[in-house]
Formats: sequence, structure tokens, C-alpha cells
Amino acid sequence: MKFTFFHLMPYRPLDMTARHKHRAGWVVLPNALYDPKQGAEEYQSYIDQLAYAEELGFDIIAVNEHHQTAYGLMPAPNLIASALIQRTRQAKIAILGRALPLINNPINIAEEFAMLDNLSKGRIITGFVRGIGNEYHATGINPYFSHERFQEAHDLIVAAWTRPGPFPFEGEHYNLRYVNLWPRPYQTPHPPIWIPSMGSSETIRWAAAPERRYTFLVTFSGRELVARYLNLYRQQAKEYGYEASADQIGWASPLYVAETDERAREEARAGIESLFNDFLAVPWEMLMPPGYTSLPSMKNTMKMRKALGAQKRHSLEELMESGTVAVGSPRTVREHIERLREATGANHLVTMLQFGVLNDELTRRNMELFASEVMPHLRN
Amino acid sequence: MQENRHKVRDISVRLLRDGQGPPLIYLHGPAGLPGWIPFFAQLAKAHEVVVPEHPGFGKSDNPAWIRNVGDVAMHYLDFLDVLDARRVHLVGHSLGGWIAAEMAVRNATRLASLTLIAPAGVRRKGVPAGDNFIWSPEETARNLFHDQSFAEEILAHVPSEEEADLALTNRFMAAKLGWEPRWFNPALERWLHRVSVPTLILWGTDDKFLPCQYAEAWRERIPGATVEMIRACGHLPHIEKAHVTAARILRFLRGNAS
Repeated sequence: MKFTFFHLMPYRPLDMTARHKHRAGWVVLPNALYDPKQGAEEYQSYIDQLAYAEELGFDIIAVNEHHQTAYGLMPAPNLIASALIQRTRQAKIAILGRALPLINNPINIAEEFAMLDNLSKGRIITGFVRGIGNEYHATGINPYFSHERFQEAHDLIVAAWTRPGPFPFEGEHYNLRYVNLWPRPYQTPHPPIWIPSMGSSETIRWAAAPERRYTFLVTFSGRELVARYLNLYRQQAKEYGYEASADQIGWASPLYVAETDERAREEARAGIESLFNDFLAVPWEMLMPPGYTSLPSMKNTMKMRKALGAQKRHSLEELMESGTVAVGSPRTVREHIERLREATGANHLVTMLQFGVLNDELTRRNMELFASEVMPHLRN
Repeated sequence: MQENRHKVRDISVRLLRDGQGPPLIYLHGPAGLPGWIPFFAQLAKAHEVVVPEHPGFGKSDNPAWIRNVGDVAMHYLDFLDVLDARRVHLVGHSLGGWIAAEMAVRNATRLASLTLIAPAGVRRKGVPAGDNFIWSPEETARNLFHDQSFAEEILAHVPSEEEADLALTNRFMAAKLGWEPRWFNPALERWLHRVSVPTLILWGTDDKFLPCQYAEAWRERIPGATVEMIRACGHLPHIEKAHVTAARILRFLRGNAS
């Protein structure tokens, strides 16, 4: 297996009592709750953790993009990627991902990724996402056109990376007389493209298409959904007439390792529960703005939600039970990963070893134990 | 009241109509076609009232080419041509008021008058609209009315699956047309001097979605427009103050019947 150390960079000093006076930790959470002195320390700790992951033998270190939220302090993830290029030597650096529909000129994204690819001499993995629903409230971009803009921005970026310029691009949302990228990407034909997703069937069909074969990652889902979506991808590839490689699929999950199951639960509880209940939880209207998914999928999601009843706080035990997180001794966590690997054939594991309010010391111990007691057993 | 379908070029829409007299077309707001409410019945005593459901809403077709309010306005200019209607009194609420104004600046030859009830389409800097897309269902019900007994009634109603599906369809279309720029067209206010028919602007004084201060922006730009405020009323005067609202419109139309 290949291992990614992924970071969200949450704002841990958040006053949780104040947080719950607002509808979410996103978009409307007053930024008076952000203290730049403490925030600057957060950035330093997190960049240190990402650089340390290379020392510990992780193959890939990864950052991501979210806007106007305490959930993640990386509205511009390429800035962090650029800092990481200077701090590391071999590790690949993945930006999982940039939210394409939010940008009015996708050439900006093509250019920045091309620069990072040159700066790192080809260590960049790019991720293309639509952003979660909240992002459409934060940026004002119309969610109704999110899918259209994603497709068109993708086509424009890949063309800019691969077609000799200058050439014109004629789209519905983007129209450019001159597409002529300086610099061109370092890797040929272009940096790898990964598609992190909650697992919509439209996205799976698109990512698995023979001309793309993009690496598909299922994020923040229970073990049954991870297995279902990754197998759907393999099935889809078969229908396209080819066998998906193990490197084409993976999943992302918060993980915590300690000497014993009991100790792991005790140490991880506050971090895991704050991630899901304080940082991530948002009302339906923010998460699912109209048009963000197709009308039939939105109807299905609403029915499922109605069946589940009112949302309450998630406990660590529930999240472990569903396999959304794995917390325990090295053996417990290893077995969890092995089972999912066997069920899916996936070769990529994107680990989240810092989550919610988990402090620096526990994060380091978690990283070290994972690297020494779990990773080696799962290497091919 | 008759309900039937009506075809305009490639779009088939749902249409409600009743009454006799000079034609009055009502264009509904972002929540969709409200059914045959008492407000329509009162107008139908003096007019042939025609209430179409916009493309993309409810049970009307949703062609891919309708991408913004300008496209909807063009659809309704085609609609007037197909009806071969003359001297139409055009009444629009909220989103429907915006569509009506976009029609009137393009071509008012078939119009006799324009009535805009709390119209979207123009904003006033420094006076933000309410964020209907972030409101929960309860906030929405409460923010739409001054008199909270209307909100209580909505909140006590458990929608059927079909009602929930239609509401979601309408919400999708409302986002398509109104999300960005949020409920206005920056060009429209530059074009409003072209509205060449008598115009009445009605607004609830307690509108928490589109604040009644916006009425001034419309009055300043439409030549000769009259503004009337409806006291103790939210964003839906045709529901919350149905009788007063219909009476004001009928009075205005009588004055402009020639």
C-alpha cells in the first residue's frame, strides 16, 4: 500500500461555546473568534507535522482547500504546498484538491499547479473537486452550475497543460482568446489528477472513463460505503473494458493508534468528536445548496435523512462502529485497514492522523506509532 | 378556475385561469405557483386572470436554454405573442416582479400596466437582502410573514412526498435564477427608464427578504411609478394582506383602464 499523510489544519483554539451560538463553524462563524497569534502557531505546528511525515516514511503528504471556516485554515492550499516543497525532498505533495467551480478563471489553477510542479521537479499530485456545499455560500458561486463549471474547468486545465499554445478556449462559462501556459507542467503529460469524492455515481463514471482513469478517493465514509463506491469504480472500469489498477483507488479516514485499544479511545475521543460535531457539522441548507447535486440524488439524500431522524452528536463509538474512523492498538487499526483493502483492492490509504482538537504531542505519537507499527505490515 | 397546459415554442407550462374582463397576467415568486388563492379570486371579479407556472418550476418544462431571468423574460414575451394578448396588465411578485420588469424594458407593446409586488431584480447597496438559501424551513416561514400565525400554519403542515418534491424542484430553479448575483441583475436598473407603461410598486413594510427600502430604487428609475407601502406585512402581501393588496391593484388598474 501507499500512504498519504493528509491534513485539514483545523483551528484548534476555537471557543466551542461561542462556536455553538452560530449555525455552523463555517461561513457565518464570526472571524473575531480567530486569533492571529494562535493561528500562526497552528500553521507552524501543522507544517512541521507534514514535513515530519516525510521523515517517517509516508509516500505522500497532502493538503486541501476550504473557505471561511475553522474546520480548515487552507483557503489557498497551494501556498502550503509551496512551503512544503522547500521543507521536503522526496515525498510527493498532493493538493486534494482545488475546488474548480469556485474560480472564475481556471487558468489560475492550471498555472499554479504548473508552477508547483516545476518548483518540486515533478512531485505534485493534483486533486480536482467541486468543494462541499458550504463553499457555494462562502464564495457566492451558483451551485446550480457547479457540475457544468467543474467539467468545463477540468477540460480547460487539462487542455492548457497538454495542448501546444496559444489556442482559444470556447466554453459556456469560460471563454479565453489565448491559452498559453508559462510555465508548462514538469511531469508528462501532466501531474496526476486525483478525484476525492463522497462517492456520487456520476463522479465515479466520469473519473473511471478510459481516457481519464483518475485515482478515485472516498472520503469521510463508513466502511460499507467505502467498499461499495470503490467496487463501483472497479465495476465501472470493467464496463469500460479495462481492469482498474490498485493505484487507481483509495480511501481517506481519521486513524488513531496507541499501545492499547482503551488508551487509544481515551486519547482520540475529544479530537474525533470535535471533528465531526464541532468543526464538520453544518445544517442541511448549507451542506446541500440547491443544484449542488442532481435533483434525483438530492431527493434520495433527503429521504435518507428523513429516515435517520434529527441529527444528534456522533460519539466515538458510533464512528468506530460504522468504520468511519479506526481507533485502537496497532493490531486493531491494521486489521481495520486490511479488511477494507481485501474488500476493495485499494492501494491508497489517505490517513488523517491529526483531527479536530488533537494536540501536537498526541498527533506526533500517533504518527510515529502508525509509521512504525502499522505501515510496515501493509507495505506490498 | 381552469387548470391546463399551455405550449410556447418548445416549452409546455401549467396555467391557471379564471374571470372575465381585461387580461391580467400574474407572475409568481421563487416558491412557485401558489394555487388558486383568494387574491386571484378577488382580481378575477374584474379581470381575466392568467397565472402561468414559470419554466423549470413545479410541473412546467425545464428546457436547458433557460439559464437566467432574461431568458425567462424572453419566454414570456413569446407567451404574450402566442396568446396574441393586447393591453395586458402584468403583475409580478418577487422573482415574478423581476421577470415582469425585464419584459417591460425589452418590449412593452402588449402591456397596459405593470404592478410589482416586492420585486427582486434591483438592489440597494448597504441594505442586504435576507439570505433565503441559508434559512432553515422554520426561519423561512417566520421571515416571510409579519403576522406569525401564517408561519405557524405553514410549520404545522406536514408536506406530502409530492409537495416536498415540488418544493425542491422550485428551490433548484430559484437558485438557478437568483443565486448569483443574489436576486438582482446589475444591468436592470440602468434599463428601467424604458418602462413606458403606468407602474405601481407595492411593498410590505416588514419584508425581511427584500427590504422595503428597495422600493425607492424602483420609484427613482421608472418614470411616473407610484409606490404604496402595505403596513404590518411581510414579503407575501398577496397572502398576508390579500384583500388590501388586491384592492390596491384593482384601484390602480381602474385608473389606468383606458
